[in-house]
Order: sequence, then C-alpha cells, then structure tokens
Amino acid sequence: MLQDKDRIFTNLYGLHDWRLPAARSRGAWDGTAKLLERGHDEIAEVIKESGLRGRGGAGFPTGLKWTFMPKEVGERPHYLVVNADESEPGTCKDRDIMRHDPHILIEGCLVASFAMRAHTCYIYLRGEFIRERERLQAAVDEAYEAGLIGKNAAGSGWDFDLYLHHGAGAYICGEETALLESLEGKKGQPRLKPPFPANVGLYGCPTTVNNVESIAVTPTILRRGADWFAGLGRPNNTGTKVFCISGHVNNPCNVEEEMGIPLKELIEKHAGGVRGGWDNLKAVIPGGSSVPMIPKEICDTVLMDFDSLRDVQSGLGTAAVIVMDKSTDLIKAIARLAYFYKHESCGQCTPCREGTGWMWRVLERMVRGEAQVEEIDMLYEVTKQVEGHTICALGDAAAWPIQGLIRHFRHEIEERIGAVPAVAAE
Amino acid sequence: MSARRLAKEQPTEFSFSAENLEIAKQQIAKYPEGRQASAVIPLLWIAQRQGDGWLSEPAMRCVADMLGMAYIRVYEIATFYTMFNLSPVGKHLVQVCTTTPCWLRGSDDVVNACKKHIHEKPHTVSEDGTFSWMEVECLGACVNAPMVQVGDDFFEDLDGPKMEALLSDLRAGKNPEPGPQNERHSSEPMGGATTLLDKEIYAAQGEN
Amino acid sequence: MPTITVDGNEIEVEAGLTVLQACEMAGAEIPRFCYHERLSIAGNCRMCLVELEKSAKPIASCAMPVAEGMVVHTNTPTVKKAREGVMEFLLINHPLDCPICDQGGECDLQDQAMAYGVDSSRYDENKRAVEEKYMGPLIKTIMTRCIHCTRCVRFSTEVAGVEEIGAIGRGEDMEITTYLEQAVNSELSGNVIDLCPVGALTSKPYAFSARPWELRKTESVDVMDAVGSAIRVDSRGREVMRVLPRLHEDVNEEWISDKARFACDGLNRQRLDRPYIRVDGKLKPASWDEAFNLITSKISAVGGEKIAAITGDQVCLESMKALKDLWSALESPHLDCRQDGTPLGGGRGTYLFNSTIAAANQTDAVLLVGANPRWEAPVLNARIRKAYLDRLIPIGAVGPQTDLTYPHEVFGAGAQTLEQIANGQHTFAEKLKAAERPMLILGQGALAGPDGKAAITLAARIADTNGMLREDWNGFNVLHTAASRVGGLDLGFIPADGGRDTKQILSGCRSGDIELVYLLGADDLPEAGDKADVFGEAFVVYQGSHGDSGAHFADVILPGAAYTEKHGLWVNTEGRVQEAKAASFPPGEAREDWKIIRALSSAIGKPLDYNTLAELRASLFDAHPHLAAIDDISPGDISSIRALGEQSVGQLSGDPFALPIKDYYLTNPIARASETMAECSALFAQRQSDGKVTGTHG
Repeated sequence: MLQDKDRIFTNLYGLHDWRLPAARSRGAWDGTAKLLERGHDEIAEVIKESGLRGRGGAGFPTGLKWTFMPKEVGERPHYLVVNADESEPGTCKDRDIMRHDPHILIEGCLVASFAMRAHTCYIYLRGEFIRERERLQAAVDEAYEAGLIGKNAAGSGWDFDLYLHHGAGAYICGEETALLESLEGKKGQPRLKPPFPANVGLYGCPTTVNNVESIAVTPTILRRGADWFAGLGRPNNTGTKVFCISGHVNNPCNVEEEMGIPLKELIEKHAGGVRGGWDNLKAVIPGGSSVPMIPKEICDTVLMDFDSLRDVQSGLGTAAVIVMDKSTDLIKAIARLAYFYKHESCGQCTPCREGTGWMWRVLERMVRGEAQVEEIDMLYEVTKQVEGHTICALGDAAAWPIQGLIRHFRHEIEERIGAVPAVAAE
Repeated sequence: MSARRLAKEQPTEFSFSAENLEIAKQQIAKYPEGRQASAVIPLLWIAQRQGDGWLSEPAMRCVADMLGMAYIRVYEIATFYTMFNLSPVGKHLVQVCTTTPCWLRGSDDVVNACKKHIHEKPHTVSEDGTFSWMEVECLGACVNAPMVQVGDDFFEDLDGPKMEALLSDLRAGKNPEPGPQNERHSSEPMGGATTLLDKEIYAAQGEN
Repeated sequence: MPTITVDGNEIEVEAGLTVLQACEMAGAEIPRFCYHERLSIAGNCRMCLVELEKSAKPIASCAMPVAEGMVVHTNTPTVKKAREGVMEFLLINHPLDCPICDQGGECDLQDQAMAYGVDSSRYDENKRAVEEKYMGPLIKTIMTRCIHCTRCVRFSTEVAGVEEIGAIGRGEDMEITTYLEQAVNSELSGNVIDLCPVGALTSKPYAFSARPWELRKTESVDVMDAVGSAIRVDSRGREVMRVLPRLHEDVNEEWISDKARFACDGLNRQRLDRPYIRVDGKLKPASWDEAFNLITSKISAVGGEKIAAITGDQVCLESMKALKDLWSALESPHLDCRQDGTPLGGGRGTYLFNSTIAAANQTDAVLLVGANPRWEAPVLNARIRKAYLDRLIPIGAVGPQTDLTYPHEVFGAGAQTLEQIANGQHTFAEKLKAAERPMLILGQGALAGPDGKAAITLAARIADTNGMLREDWNGFNVLHTAASRVGGLDLGFIPADGGRDTKQILSGCRSGDIELVYLLGADDLPEAGDKADVFGEAFVVYQGSHGDSGAHFADVILPGAAYTEKHGLWVNTEGRVQEAKAASFPPGEAREDWKIIRALSSAIGKPLDYNTLAELRASLFDAHPHLAAIDDISPGDISSIRALGEQSVGQLSGDPFALPIKDYYLTNPIARASETMAECSALFAQRQSDGKVTGTHG
C-alpha cells in the first residue's frame, strides 16, 4: 500500500485548509522558480521519464504529449488548457483536487505551461461544478495576489495568466477538441484530426489539453524526481492515482493509491469491501462508464493499471471503479449508461447520433425481456458498427459497456428474454 | 432527451443588470481580442441566473448582440448545452442524478421523493412555485451517491427519507447544509479516512 | 508531390489534397453525403470511410490530407462493411417515403442505398419524426428526412454569408432550422436545395410538379443579371418547370441566384401571345399584318430622323443586331441600349468587368463604387465574400449603406469622395496601392445619376493612379445589372453621330422631335408616369415577351420570345459571350425576336439580308469577330481606360449615388410576372418595414 509520504494529494478530503498558507505548508509552491530554472524542455523530459500517463482516461504519455508542441513560439501563442470537465460516470476525483487542493493544480498549470512555452492557461470546468469553480477562483486570486502567477510568476521571470472557463452541461466537452470548440464559444462538437491541437488548437494556436490530475501531479514529480514517480506502480504504469470507488461497496470513497494495486485490495482496504462480502460481487466497471465491465472471476486477481486492465479487455480509464453486487440488474445498469451516451452524443456524426439511440432502445426492451434472442447478436453488431467509425471516442465509449455486458453476461439477457439457453435446451 | 424547445411565453426584452453587466465584461476580458465569442456560455449563464433560472429568447439575442454573434449560433448553443433551461423553473431547481453510479445506490428513491413532494412530472413547477425537478446525467459526485444538485449546491449521500427531509427544509425556507447528508466530511470513506493519517506530512502545517 | 497507393495503383497527387480527392483521381469512387468541394470539411456523415494501412480504424477520406507513402484501400470487405453500417444508421430514422418525395430520382441517399443498403430493416423501434421548419417561400422542409450532413448550414454561413441556418439541440434530437423559423434572407438561398443530398430541403414552388425523368433538360444561360450564370432549364412540354445551376468554374461555380432559379414561373404569366393595336385608347388583338402595316405606315410617314429605338435588359445579341441593322437602313441615328441612361460606351475596356468574375476570388482589396453586388450579382458577391474570408481583405464603398455579406467601410455617398480618392487624399488609396490585385467595382448606381460621367472618369483615374491598370492585372470593373448591356455596347447600339440617347429620345418624344419610338424589351425606362408624361404624343411600338410597363405604353405590341424560348447570344459583364438554347417555344403567335424584326423589315421595304439565324450570326460575327468566340472573353483595352481617366471632370452635382435595384426580386418583366418573386418581395418589404434583422454577418 502506498505510504502517506508518497501521496501527492494530501488534502484530498478537505480535512485541512485549502488556502495558500496551508497549501504551502503541505509543500505546494515550494521553490517553483527553481523548478522552472531547469528549462522548458528539461521539464518535459522529467515528466516523460516519470512515465506519467494521462489521468483523464486515454492514458497517453503526458510528457510525450508536451513534446508535440512547437519548440519555438511563432506568431501564434501557445496555450495550455486543463480539462476539468469531469463528467465520466463514476468519476469525481478532479472535483476533490479543485475544491480541496486547488493550489497543487494551479502550480501544475504554471509548470506545465512553462514547459510548453505557454503564457496563458484556461481551466475548463464542467458547468455544474459551481462551488468548485468559486473555490478554485478564490485560490487563483490568492495566487495572483501572492505573485505566484501573473507577471513574473513566482519570481521565475515567466509571465503567466490563468483563467477559469466553464461549460453548461455537455459530457462531450471532455473530449479535448470538443472542449476547445466549446471554449471558443461553439457547440461542443469534436474536431476532425488531423490537425491535432498541438498544431491547431485553441483559436488555431498550438495547444495542449491535459486532465486536472495529470497537471496537478507534475510539480511534485519535478520536486521528488522522475525516479520517485517511476518507482511507484509497475513499468509503463507508474505513479499514484486517485481512484473513485462507487456503487455497491460499504464505504464508497476517493483514494489516492499506487498504480497497479489489486482491485480486490483497493476495494477491501479503502471502500470497506463489497456490500455483503467479496463473494457477493457480480461485476465491476473498473475505469468509468466507458470501459467494459469485468466479472468477479477477473476482479479476483486483476491489477488496477492501464496494461493489466487492457489485457482483460477493459481499461483503467479514469480509474472510477463502479462496483455491482449480485443484486444488480446488469442489463438495466448498462441500459442506463446507454441512455447516458444517447443523451450526451453531440449528434455530429452518423454512427453515434443514430447508433446510441438504437442501442439504448434495444437495451430498454431487453431490460423488460421484450426482445428476441437474435437481437443480442444484432445489438452486438450495432456496437461494432458504431465502434471505430466515429469522429471521436464517444462512439467507442457507448459501444464498449454493451460489449462488456454481452461478453460476460449474455446468459442474463437470454434468461430475461425468456429464451432457453442453448446448452440447457439439449 | 427530446428536442428542447423555447418556452411559448417569452418576456419582451432582456438586458443585463448593471452588476451583471460588469461581471459579463469581466468574463469577456478573459479572452483574446476578437475572441469574445468564447464568453458565450458564461454570459448565457449569467443571463439565466438573472432571469429566474431560465434563459429567455430576448436574453439569447442580448448575449448575441453583445458578442457580435449571429442569433442562430447562440440559439444552437442554448439548445446544445443542457444546463440552459429554456422554460421557467421553480425557485429551487432540483436536479437528480440518476446515472448508473447513483442508480446503483438508490437514486430511484430520490426521484420518488421529488415526485411526491414536487410534482409527478419532471420539468414542472410545483404549485407553490418553490420547486421543479429533473433527472440529469452524472454530476460527478459518484462516491457520494445518490446525490442531487439544488441551485448551486450538491447534496450528497442521500436516500428517500433524507431527500424528503431536504425538500421540506427548503420549502420551509431553511438553508440546509450542502454536502454529504450523513456523517461524512466529503469523499473519504464512511467512518474515517484509510489514508493520509501520517501526522508527519502535516508537520509544517501547524494548527490548520 | 506525395505518391500514394490506391487499391494497388500508385499515383502522384498534389500535396494538400484529401484522400478522397486522391482516390477519385485514381478512379476509385467514394460515396459521400456531407463532403462538398466548395464547403468546409465536416467529416460527419462517415460514408466516405476507407482503409488506410497502419491505421487501426477506417478513416474518413474526406478529412484526411494525403501524405507520402499512404496505402489506401477503397474496396475491401472492411470498407464495404463500414459503409453498409453507416448506410443502415442513416436509414433507420429516415422515413423511406421516396414515392412522395420530390428528391426521388435525384437523391444521393437513394442512389447510395442501391450500393450499400439492404432490402429490409432490422430496426424495430419507432422512427424519429421531426417537425417541419419554415424557411421562407422558396425552401420546403421535410425535416424527418434530414441526415444532418450540415451542408445547408455550411453553405449559408460560408458562401451565402448569412448566418441564419443552424443545427439546434444535440444527439439524435439535433434539428436543422433557422433562428425562430424565419425565412432565409439570402439571394442565394435556393442553392441549399441542390446541396441537400436528401429530400429534406426541396423547392417549394416546384413541389410535386414533376419527376426528373419527365423533364427535358436544356443547357442555357441566365439573364436575370449580367453575370450570365450557367443554367439548366428543365421543361415539360411548353412549360419551364424549373431552373437549376450548371457548373461553370469561371462564372457561377455551381451556384445561382434565387431570381435565376425561381423567377421561372414568370415565364408562364402575363405573356404577350399575339399582336395588339391600340384603338381608341384600348389595346385590341390584331394580326401580324395589321400590326406591321400600322408600324410601316407610321415609319414611312415620319422618316428616319424622327424614329428612335431603345432596347431593354434581357435582349439577345441577335435581335439587337437586327434592330440596329434596320435602324441604319432607315437612316435613324437615334438608338440606345442603355435604358437606364448611363454614359457607357467607347473602348471596350471602359465598360467591362475587366478583372473577370473568377478573379474576384484572388483580389486583395476592393473598392465598391455605387454598387450593391449582393443584389446586382449575388454569385459575384459570394466570391468577394470568399476573398474576404480567405484573406480578410480591405473592402471600401462609396455610395449608400448596403447590407453586404462581409465587413466593409462606407466612405462617402457620391462623386466627391471618388475625387478625394483619385487625388490621393483618402487613406483607402494607400490600401489600393499596397494591394497586388485591387479591384474597383463601378456599379450602375454611380453611372445613372447626374454625376455618372464624372464617376466613370474618376473611377478610371483611380484605377490608373493606384496601379490597377497593368498588363497582368486590370482592376477596373464595371458591374452591369442587365444581361444584354455589354452585348448592346459591343454592337454599338448607342446613338450614332447626331443621335439621341435614352433621355434625349424621351425628351424628344415629348417635344415632338421624335414621333415613333421602338421599345425592344425596354420595360425599365428611367422615367415613369402616364404615357403622355413619358412619351408625349409619340407612337410607341413595344416588342417583348411580357405585358409589363413597356406594353402598357404601347400603341402596337409585337409578342416576342423569352430567353428560354429562343437560341440566343448574350455577353456577360466581364465580356464573355454565351449561348442560350431554346428549351421551349414562345406562346401563341409570339415569335423569336430577330424573326419579328426581319419580317418587319420586309414589310417596311428594307429587308435585312439574312433569312436564318445562321446567316444573322454570320453577319454578326463578320461585323464583330470577337462575338464568335463562344464562352471566351476578348479582353478590354487598358489604353481606353487610361484615356478616359485623363478626361476632365466638370462641376459635380454632389448628388449621392442611388443604387439601381430597389427590390431585388422584381428587376425585370419575368421576375415581375412571377408569383414566387412577388411572395419574396412582399416578405422582404415586410422585413424592411419591421426593421427586423436576423443576425450579424461574420
């Protein structure tokens, strides 16, 4: 288990003061100017060496992403945009960072912006996080007041402005290019790639979009060294991670743990175990609503990191662990997610616009048992027609939970429909 | 979600109050020259707050004019983003999260409390004008499920009776404390955190 | 030049092309709905998916730029399956009401469904139904059919420059609409009907009129303005059912104005279908002989000195040539093709749109003088807008404030401002000087007024002194509003020595110096009122197609043919000679116009020496060789513009320029006879009086 001294988010629960002096006493803003003295590229190099992979769901190496930005600032300014549009069902970690440890994030914004030669950073918060926005703004104001950001930020010689921006209810804006569209004052409809944001991003300028958690961990990585971070977790899956454990556990909670912690340990140590005991577990969605569920047999042994979960045809995603015990109507649980994706589809491209509604409607019938057994295969085919054919990953995200359901719990659907399972019929 | 339509009855005009105009200008100032359209969501949001929690058609035009945007573009945005209410809402807008993590922990009971104490149908202002309620998608407080947003605040760790109590407090004009409605402080495990117990890491913090 | 492999064929393509374009060049057909060459790339329909080696997923070929060494497959089972999947999604919520859909037979969805669709549906849910949206009198909507390709949104925003169409809501509830369902306020709105790949946006006036396979398709040229857009006239029997654009890269690309498209119902209304003679103040039907005899007797009574001819805005070269020949046989110097009274004429360079229409895309500074291109040449206006969007070019205007579709600065109202610019006293002159391809666009609004002569002189001077008159670039442009004007000027259909121009002809009528005036399609004279107010006691012959203002004045009416009913030549504002083909026949006893004049010449005893259209054209080309080069432009000469600029400018009246078009929808007899145009006009006038604005222009 991760030791407290290796935890980055030491005020994750808000049990201590969030304000600047307290945050400083916990280590934030400690020698920030010194960190920046290492230079733009060196900082990116440290982050690369730390093995940090994006904490927003896709797990793309953060340091590598930073190096896609032009090495020189041309006519177009560079931007860092922090994705705080936390909306993936099951996920509520960035909220805690913003409301309880805002200065860690703000310092990260400066460090990351400096690394990418950006003088301006926008943090895009989901619109519903009104109190979180107020808290973060108060912290930003403190940081300006203290000279930590603004002209000659933290005495580094680097001018840096940080602005909060907010959405107004659209999950799709968590997709980085939809977020940029939204930030430009348009509908949140993902852009076609290429060009990628590092070339043509916000206002047509080089831009990097990073998740809150990815940015917030960077000052600590720089202070404690790439080796420290890389020494936690497993190769290619390094560092610490804030896990969100929800659903049928005794004590749902957020917790910062080491990457690669066994799922069972995570649930039992921190979340008080599965309701009714481990054997009452039916399935877990291990990485937010977009990843396929895994049944108990896999949960028994699987490790919580990108590669381990990929190996069991699921994913770490946002590390939002949704636990479902034996009482769960899994078809309904997934039908509700299908509704979510239908509701959140931006409507731009055909497979997602039409497919999400179709999949949801079929699943709703399946919940009620009003379907034909052949429709299970048809539903699976429809998910395959959506997957990989859309502009952004929302199509995949809508398809995968359903594929997970069919893959592992087909028999439940068959039973619901009233069809006699093929084996039993003989 | 079915197609969202503008309310049939609309006020004849809208203009920002002096105070809100100032806030709006501050929002616009966040963005580079010529990029003032970036402020469209924040401005619509301010307009909605000024307009008793819903966004009127004249308000959309007002924002469009302020930002030099075509009306259709603002209309697109107002109908795309679901936090913009296009018809009147109650004094307290109760948004119940019913996405899977909340549903697993009993959001149906929370919905039933709303049906019982507000109105059988969502998007309908209660007779006393105090409330309207609606189901919303994941609000991002999943480890405190089930939860609702009332106005600006999240009320978490609910169940049916707690939701009923919350509604009657609000109806009575009380100011219930937001956050978990049980003994939790925030997102730590019930009964106390399992981590961050090492006093060493807070040594420099003193009496915070 | 990257080399890429498409289905095993290696081809070299230009950098910057998309994979879709490269595939087409390699001969692989790529289905698409949202992609359109002239619109921004949306990539939303996903029909154009292809396989790209080393890419995990199929890619949207419309949105992917080519790169060296790409290996693309367009005909693999994976590609087919992907497209079939997309097609299925497009169809699950499509009503499949092809039998009652006007798009039937020319529907992209129908066509593609033949290739990628199946004959049954496995979609068991209720189909989506979407409420119809009002978009005005021209566009009919059946939004349940919409496949959300957003071509209409992109067209109105990008090309038409009126941000009025958008997609509201999101997900499967996304709907195309205008703001609060207002009518689309654009002179190019009809193009969204062509762009719509399904039957969601169709032509309202044409609704349920015909099926495409019933129509005879005739390639022709539009005469509603002086652009000369390439059109296709679809007719059934005698009736013109609809007008569609044809592709002409140098003229109209593939757009046409709403007047070009929708005024065609005017071809069937108010038609003059037999000769008339005024008896006791009333027009009475007459035979051709009676009409000719009456005219002959009048002409022989007064002689050449006292007769005059004025031609209108939609007259073909052939009929003007015949009338001019007849007038010269009658030894009359009084003839004018400029019914609006402008001082144009002389060197060809001084009255052409010399830069060419296509060059408007490349311009880097524009000065509009007494012109409203949005109304006078909507298709040209779209090009200026494109130049603006591409390069944010400076655009200045002298004349009334107009609602153009791009930002522009109005400097002044009349010729004084031109004088300032010509003297270099105005900052815009610097912008013109700094530009490599500046355009001065001189409209009829500047020319028709009292300072017309000064305006064209100053304009020529501005062009000369600001580097617009070069061997490689001629930036002096006269924007005509009349399809027949350049042709008339080319023919020299202007007063001969001692002859009278339009205004002098009319004053001559009133003073008794002119006793017979021949109006060939001239329905928009600069003066209005009762016949006595305009023509005094003069005898008026009107030859034309419609019972419009010219016929109202007439003592004799000779029924002619409209532009769709005859083979004819027109010269557009840039000097391009174009041929219209007869799609139909003139009604009743009406005849092709040159034939009427030829027959009249015999009756008068001065027979013209051609008996067929071919002979007439031979004579025309003999006299004016440049007119023989169909679809070519014989460039105007720079020296004549220079010489013009060197002339002195007299005292200026100071009157502001007045634009020639007061109502875009009612500029000619055909349009004025059109119910569709009348409806548009009423709506537009209503909007003007409401002071309603529907948005700002980006």
